[in-house]
Amino acid sequence: MVDEILAGPPGEAEGPPVEPAQPRVGIHGGGFGDRIYSGVITLSALCVPALLLLIFWVITKAGWLALHTFGFGFLTSSQWDSVKQQYGAAPALYGTLVSSFVALVLATPLALGVAIFLSEFAPAWLRRPVAFLVDLLAAIPSVVYGLWGIFVLVPFLRSWVMPFLRDTLHLGATPFFSGPAYGPSMLAAGVILAIMILPYISAVSREVLMAVPRSQREAALALGATRWEMLWGAAIPFARSGIAGGVILGLGRALGETMAVTMVIGNRQEIATSLFAPGYTMASLIANQFTEATSDLNLSALMAVGFVLFVVTLLVNAGARWLVWRTSLETSI
Amino acid sequence: MPASEALARARADAADLAAQPARMEVRELNAHFGVVHAVKDVSMPIPEKRVTAVIGPSGCGKSTFLRTLNRMHETVPTARISGTVLLDGQDIYAPAVDPVSVRRHVGMVFQRPTAFPTKSVRGNVAAGLGVLRSVGERVDVDERVEEALRRAALWDEVKDRLDVSALELSGGQQQRLCIARALAMNPGVLLLDEPTASLDPLSTEKVEDLVRQLREDITVVMVTHNMEQAARVSDQTGFFLHGELVELSPTSQLFTRPGDTRTEAYITGRFG
Repeated sequence: MVDEILAGPPGEAEGPPVEPAQPRVGIHGGGFGDRIYSGVITLSALCVPALLLLIFWVITKAGWLALHTFGFGFLTSSQWDSVKQQYGAAPALYGTLVSSFVALVLATPLALGVAIFLSEFAPAWLRRPVAFLVDLLAAIPSVVYGLWGIFVLVPFLRSWVMPFLRDTLHLGATPFFSGPAYGPSMLAAGVILAIMILPYISAVSREVLMAVPRSQREAALALGATRWEMLWGAAIPFARSGIAGGVILGLGRALGETMAVTMVIGNRQEIATSLFAPGYTMASLIANQFTEATSDLNLSALMAVGFVLFVVTLLVNAGARWLVWRTSLETSI
Repeated sequence: MPASEALARARADAADLAAQPARMEVRELNAHFGVVHAVKDVSMPIPEKRVTAVIGPSGCGKSTFLRTLNRMHETVPTARISGTVLLDGQDIYAPAVDPVSVRRHVGMVFQRPTAFPTKSVRGNVAAGLGVLRSVGERVDVDERVEEALRRAALWDEVKDRLDVSALELSGGQQQRLCIARALAMNPGVLLLDEPTASLDPLSTEKVEDLVRQLREDITVVMVTHNMEQAARVSDQTGFFLHGELVELSPTSQLFTRPGDTRTEAYITGRFG
C-alpha cells in the first residue's frame, strides 16, 4: 500500500520504475563513517559492563574453592586458621556491617545538619567557604585519616569518650558499651568512617535541598508556616528520597573503606557485641592477609571474602539506584 | 447591552463597592526588587466579600503587588517595601506584626499547582492545620478537610481517594486542591496569582465558578492575564502598567467605559 502511494499515481505504476535522481534520504543509517562511529561508541559503552562482569567472574572463580569447601558455613564461622585450613568470614562480615552502621548513625544527622544549615540558614558569604571545607574532607587520603585515627582519635576515645559512655552515662550496663577500653575498636572504626562519609552525605543532601522548587517553599510559607515548619513540612519531604540516596552513597563508601579502618579497628577475628572491643572488616581482612596467604585454600578464602564484599556493595548500590529512580517518578509533575 | 443600561449597571456596581467595608486597604505602597521598582505608589481599597481583579501586561508588577498583600514579597532576598497595607485596619507591615500570622489570615494560591508531592490528598489539605494547632487552636482535621474540599468544589471528585498521592489528581484538580488547602486555614482574604494560567478551559471554568462562590464568605484578590476572566468573575478591576495602578474601577465600568486612554488601549488589544 505504502509503496504504491510512494511510487506515484496508479497510472504510472504500470510503466518501468523511474530511478530517482538522488537516493532517498533515509531516517536510519546514513554514511559509512556514521556506522563505524556508532560501532566504536557501542563497543566502548559495552566495555564497562563487560569489565564489571569479568571482575565478578574472576573473583567468583578464584573464591569458588573456599565457597565450595565451606559452603554457607563460610558466612557463619568465626574461625580463620591457616594452620588448620579453616576459614570463616563471619567476624569480618559482621564488622563491615556494624562499623558502617555506626558510621551512618553518627554521620547522617551531622551531615543533614550541615546540609540544612548551608542550604537554608547560612548567610550567602559563609555558604561557599563552609561547603568547600566540608567537601575537602573527601579529599583527605584514607591513610592520613588512619594515621590521625591512631595518634589522635584512638587515644581520645580511650581516655575520654569510652570511660564517659561506660561510667558517666552508665551505658556500661548495656552489652554495647561494656568491657575494657583498649582504644582500637569497632567504635573507632565507626567514628572514622563517619567523618569520611560525612562530606558525601552532606553534599548530596545540600544539592537536593537546594533543588527543591521555590514554589514548594512558597506554598508552605503561604500557609503560614514558619521557616522551620516550611523546612520539615515541605522541603525535606520533597528531598527525602534524594537524601536517602546520599545516605546510601555514604554507606557504599563505608562498606568498602579499607586503609583507615584497618589502622584503627584492632583486627581481631572475633564477634564481640561491645563496640569497645576490637573487630575486623572484610576489606581489612583482605588487606592484612593477602601477603601471607600461602595455600590455595587460604588465597581462595580471601577471594571469597572479596566476593561477599562485592555482592554486599552491589546490593547497596542497587538499592540507591532504585531509590533515585523512585524519586524521579515521584517528583515529575 | 445598550449604553444607558451599561452606565446604570456601572453606577450600581460602584455604589455597591463603596458601601462595602474595606477588608484590606493599600496606601502609597512601593515595592522593589534590588534596583527594580516593581510597584509604584499604589493605593487601593479591597472591599470585603468582593472579588478584586488585577490585570495588566506581563512585568507590570501585578504579581508583586499581590505578594505584598500577605508579605510573601519579602521572602525574596533583595526585596524592599514601603507604604502601608491595612488588614482589618491593622498595618501588616507594622514592626510588631509577624509575617507568619499575616499569612494565616491572607491565603494564597499560585499560578501552577503546588501540591506537596509526598503527601496524600488529605495530607495536602491538612498541611497548614498543624500550624493552627501549634498556636493553640482546636482543630478537627477530618472535618476541616471535608469542609475545605467541599468549598473548593472538589469533595465529590476525591472523597473516595483521600489517601492517594496528590499527584494522581489532574492539573485542574490539583489547583483546586491548593485552593482547598488555603481555605482549610479559614482565611479572611484569598489571593489568587493567575490561578488558571496552567489549566485547560474546562478546569478554568470550574475555578471561576469556585471564585464566584467564595465571594459569598471571603474577600478575593485575583491577578489574571485573561481579561475575559476578570470581566466574568470580578467586582472591581485594577489595571497596572509599569508598576503603577492606572485605573481602579468597577469591572462593569472598566471594560465598557474605561476612564483612562491607556486602559482603553490595553483592553482593546492595542498593546500588551
